[in-house]
Amino acid sequence: MLTFVVRRLLAILPVLLAVSLLTFLIASLLPGDLAYVILGDQATPENVAALRHDMGLDQPLWWRYLSWLGHVLQGDLGRSFRTGQTVLQAVAERFPVSLQLMLMAEFIGLLIGVPVAIACAARAGGAFDRFMTGSAFAMLSMPSFLVAILLIYLFAVELRWLPATGYVPFTEAPLGNLRFFVLPALTLALAEWPGIMRVLRSDMIATLQEDYIALAKAKGLKPARILFVHALKPSSLTLVTVTGINIGRLLGGTLIVESIFALPGIGRLLVGAIYTRDLVILQGVVLLVACGFVIVNFIVDMLYAVLDPRIRHGHA
Amino acid sequence: MSAPLLTIEDVAVELPTPRGNLRAVDHVDLSLEAGRTLGIVGESGCGKTMLSRAVLQLLPKKAKLTGRVMFDGEDLVRLDAERLRHLRGRDLAVVFQDPMTSLNPVLTIGTQLMETIQEHLELDAPAARKRSIELLAAVGIPAPEQRLAQYPHQCSGGMRQRIAIAIALSCEPKLLIADEPTTALDVTIQAQILDLLAREQRRRHMAMIIITHDLGVVAGRADEVAVMYAGRVVERAPTQALFKRMHMPYTEALLAAIPKLETAPHTPLPAISGRPPDPTRPLKGCSFAPRCRYAAGRCHEAKPELKGAEMPGHLYACFHPIQMAEEVGA
Repeated sequence: MLTFVVRRLLAILPVLLAVSLLTFLIASLLPGDLAYVILGDQATPENVAALRHDMGLDQPLWWRYLSWLGHVLQGDLGRSFRTGQTVLQAVAERFPVSLQLMLMAEFIGLLIGVPVAIACAARAGGAFDRFMTGSAFAMLSMPSFLVAILLIYLFAVELRWLPATGYVPFTEAPLGNLRFFVLPALTLALAEWPGIMRVLRSDMIATLQEDYIALAKAKGLKPARILFVHALKPSSLTLVTVTGINIGRLLGGTLIVESIFALPGIGRLLVGAIYTRDLVILQGVVLLVACGFVIVNFIVDMLYAVLDPRIRHGHA
Repeated sequence: MSAPLLTIEDVAVELPTPRGNLRAVDHVDLSLEAGRTLGIVGESGCGKTMLSRAVLQLLPKKAKLTGRVMFDGEDLVRLDAERLRHLRGRDLAVVFQDPMTSLNPVLTIGTQLMETIQEHLELDAPAARKRSIELLAAVGIPAPEQRLAQYPHQCSGGMRQRIAIAIALSCEPKLLIADEPTTALDVTIQAQILDLLAREQRRRHMAMIIITHDLGVVAGRADEVAVMYAGRVVERAPTQALFKRMHMPYTEALLAAIPKLETAPHTPLPAISGRPPDPTRPLKGCSFAPRCRYAAGRCHEAKPELKGAEMPGHLYACFHPIQMAEEVGA
């Protein structure tokens, strides 16, 4: 098991390096000189040249990458030239919002998707299965901004149960904080559960054809035990993968949902950085988000080993 | 003669397929007394596995089953799900063909043994554990205590089949159905597994059905043999009587197709030519007629009934039964 962990850890090093290179290139190769952006259109060529020299922009690209990487490895991702905030400060401020949104969305998504998938697989082809598969397909085809607007209309405008936009930190008003998160989390969850449901449903249907399920029935076990103990665990590998990808994706915040519901998360930080051409923030945030994604996938790999002993023992 | 433990009465199984209904089992009658062994023999697709699934009530959902399966005084076909669940695993146990796929890969051997024991017997976890260890020892697993914490992929094929047998034996079943229990195993392991089954059967006085395509498997081990072809029982007899004087040309052909050690190398194996009939398009006459070297006019026109021979208990379905015992190399 230890060699398995070490092997997987070594495998993600080159991935992280590639991620850092790509992030750097995205920010550096964008058209437009950063010095002009900072100084505005009234800048004299002398001022621009001086600033370019100060910022190291007159150095060759590979040198700039290496020096940036050197700083990153020491924990210095740079500082916004607009607000003076470091990348780490800005992310630390926004990250809890996106994290909470992600956790709530994923939790609600699994809460809907998993039981529906099991119920569908248990009676595949039945009325409930056909209805739910159809509903999932309809949900998948609805863009999140539409779902968000419909939810706001129903719960905020008509029923007046929940606020449409806004945010308070959990530490200040726990209940109020949750109220602000319900609608955005639900918007995301309604897009998440169909995927969760479909992969788990099809894996469960395949598992239920296995000989060991027939044997479990022949052993006279209770139907619930067959579904939850014998069938669910071997069917959940794809589910774990999908959930991991979803979590990684949502860790980077969601531009649209955070914007609609005015949540100050990573997504809105990124949008702001793009609008103001705040390349240091953009580059730093993308790097951190990508690293988060890689780490989540590493955890998913570890979960495979927990779920399937054959992977743990190096047989698969 | 006591009342039979298991009576299969006029059982037929139909499976809907895109090409029409497939008659997998075609009105079969069989019976088995407590403590006795019945061998069901036939080639792939003859319906022997479907018949065993019909007894276990493990047929695919779409399958249509008619007839009665009387087990210990109850009709399994009409039993409610909860009562059936209590019979399965306790009185009615099964060993499947492939031990590579019949054990759950993500549960430990201990879990898979103990869950059956605790489902049916009033035992707490330590007692169930103790019983599991005894069972593993009884089926010849060395260091049974360590095995409990292991997963199926950590055991060899023969070992896994022993574990599957231990699971089947765990609640002292009255009937054990072994569906090709040795087909997926090495030849060297096959005899060991068959001997193990025979030994445990005698010790526990349980009835057993061995399903196989190999007449050699049932030869020394079954009290009675039923030969199936195209969903029907075509010959049925006490084992000794069958091997002494078989009447059905199919049985003869099946026996001839077993490779023998004394045959000279490179001799072609006398395989049965042709294929079994398409089960979605039943023949008017005898199902074996197209492949039978004795077939004559009447064989293609009408189905022979399963009827008694001169020996008691020996039934066969053939218009032109083989009479000459010397033609059979048993």
